Amino acid sequence: MPDESEAMTDTPILSNSLRSQPDASGHFGSFGGRYVAETLMPLILELEKVYKEARQDPAFDAEFSELLRSYVGRPNPLYYAERLTEALRADAPEGKGAKIYLKREELNHTGAHKINNCIGQALLARRMGKKKVIAETGAGQHGVATATVAALFGMECKIFMGAKDVERQKPNVFRMKLLGAEVIPVISGSQTLKDAMNDALRHWVSNVHDTFYIIGTAAGPHPYPELVRDFQSIIGKETREQIMALEGRLPDMLIAPVGGGSNAIGLFHPFLDDAEVRMIGVEAAGEGLHGKHAASLAGGKSGILHGNRTYLLQDEDGQITEAHSISAGLDYPGIGPEHSWLHEIGRVEYMPITDEEALASFQKLSALEGIIPALESAHAVASAEKIAPTLDADQILVVNLSGRGDKDIFTVASALGVEI
Amino acid sequence: MTSAMTDRLSARFAACKTAGRAALITFVTAGDPTVADMPAILDALVEGGADIIELGMPFTDPMADGPAIELANLRSLGSGTKTKDIFAIVTAFRARHPAVPLVLMGYANPMLVRGPEWFADQCKATGVDGVICVDVPPEEDAEIGPALRAANVHLIRLATPTTDAARLPAVLNGASGFLYHVAVAGITGKQQAAQAAVEQAVAHLKAATDLPVAVGFGVRSAEQAAAIGRVADGVVVGSAIVDIIGSHGDAAAPFVKDFVAALRGALNANSPHFRETAL
Repeated sequence: MPDESEAMTDTPILSNSLRSQPDASGHFGSFGGRYVAETLMPLILELEKVYKEARQDPAFDAEFSELLRSYVGRPNPLYYAERLTEALRADAPEGKGAKIYLKREELNHTGAHKINNCIGQALLARRMGKKKVIAETGAGQHGVATATVAALFGMECKIFMGAKDVERQKPNVFRMKLLGAEVIPVISGSQTLKDAMNDALRHWVSNVHDTFYIIGTAAGPHPYPELVRDFQSIIGKETREQIMALEGRLPDMLIAPVGGGSNAIGLFHPFLDDAEVRMIGVEAAGEGLHGKHAASLAGGKSGILHGNRTYLLQDEDGQITEAHSISAGLDYPGIGPEHSWLHEIGRVEYMPITDEEALASFQKLSALEGIIPALESAHAVASAEKIAPTLDADQILVVNLSGRGDKDIFTVASALGVEI
Repeated sequence: MTSAMTDRLSARFAACKTAGRAALITFVTAGDPTVADMPAILDALVEGGADIIELGMPFTDPMADGPAIELANLRSLGSGTKTKDIFAIVTAFRARHPAVPLVLMGYANPMLVRGPEWFADQCKATGVDGVICVDVPPEEDAEIGPALRAANVHLIRLATPTTDAARLPAVLNGASGFLYHVAVAGITGKQQAAQAAVEQAVAHLKAATDLPVAVGFGVRSAEQAAAIGRVADGVVVGSAIVDIIGSHGDAAAPFVKDFVAALRGALNANSPHFRETAL
């Protein structure tokens, strides 16, 4: 629907555009949809209606943009990582080694891209008259971002977090409590992100009348994948303007880490119709694709979970298998439905990066650029390290530095055998 | 359409109506605690007086279920239950109880992982009368509805306290077997619905459909079952039975039978023909 999209995007979208998904029923090709219990359906339909109205309301966009500017600190820079670029060129064949830019999402308030989406959804919650918000969280980044906007908007906030993650991520648990949120440890199942999402859905279905669920990634039942993508598309829109100002042309390649995939779709979406821009989504290969991993596209198949049809890690009976990644933010057995579609049509390439490779890049970027990346983002840096030396030196590569790594120092220290 | 001769669900609801009482629909999770325990537990349900068996297909992520049934799912999967075991359980049940209707309840992913036609064919071949798929709303009917209808297996839809009059026709379009009224906006086994709300909802639903209306979610006692049975065509009891299995494990069958008999006794007491049927 080109006319409805204009408030949130810079250019009109033609019907044959790759940016015109999802269809009216919330499907991206065969993916997406609305697979929820009947109790939630009326609310999902209402959210869709409210979101359509909000998108056409210039006041909604104005308030969203102003909060991104004055509260989140946008626009954040597109930074030329010269020392990383030169270090890779030194080992590359003559004339090879693309110029690497970093999109600095880690400089946002709360330290990651998550806040972009939380601001947008809190505005929708307020528009729907809901005074309570809930969210699921893995490492705690989305929980902290949700607790932050709940404080900002004066809303009551409950965060569902796997009991194992509560134990592993104590600083973020304390942050959420400081921000006024109640953190509910989830003791069911594997006690990690997918179980936190199950319990958030259970709470939501029991409290639909007054509660808004702020889903943390571009997944879940329609319209969540679409609205999260739209709120995160600020990443790609800024990148586009910034690279045009810096280089006078579009980049040759975009690279972003993919768990659920909201930062990646936010970067990619404004470029989907630019055929000359290659895109790489980086999945967490954990211990390797033959061991424990979280690479749903490389190691899973299409299925239905948490409200959408998408690629899932599952066994032959459709039971969901546990994901593994050193990065808690990527430790999820599914992926957003738009990524499943972009994978199937071949518009975006997806590549796996192991825990070990991400750990190496975590240290390399810290030492070379003075930027400690989140482990999620370190996966994308690792991918750039592999690809940049194969590209010509006059080519341009943008890596989404989706979050900062302060939250990960304990995990990394432990993986390196350092006691802190 | 399914012929009246072979449609066990319609026949059972009709028989209960003639007897002047609501049908007793009892839920257990397949393979809880193990596949080997199922014949004894299912027979206990029938011997206790269940009219219709609702057999849960275990799933790793049962988002619509409360702690009782979630734990049952984990016990079942933990003891190694596979989808093929569930259909074997149904086949054996059908051989022992040719006339007792059985419906499968579960989540989309285990049902659809081999394709809807495969699932519908298995249901038909083993004697499953109906399917309740929790996370496929009418909007996504194409995933499972056409395949079940082609196999003459009832697709049983859910109506909830949030299903308003404007939406109800969409729920009823394609529904068959019976209409399952979820009495509380929530998950299985937790809160209890107010009787007045149940009565009002059932009246609205019965005005909109000729399908039998069964009420479930949060029905835990014989008294509640009796109260709901006075207005609905069927009463579903799940978590309370699953809790008994959770407590008694492989020795649960006699306790299950006693509890179900108490539920059935309470429903019988509603019947004007109670004296005759009891004799």
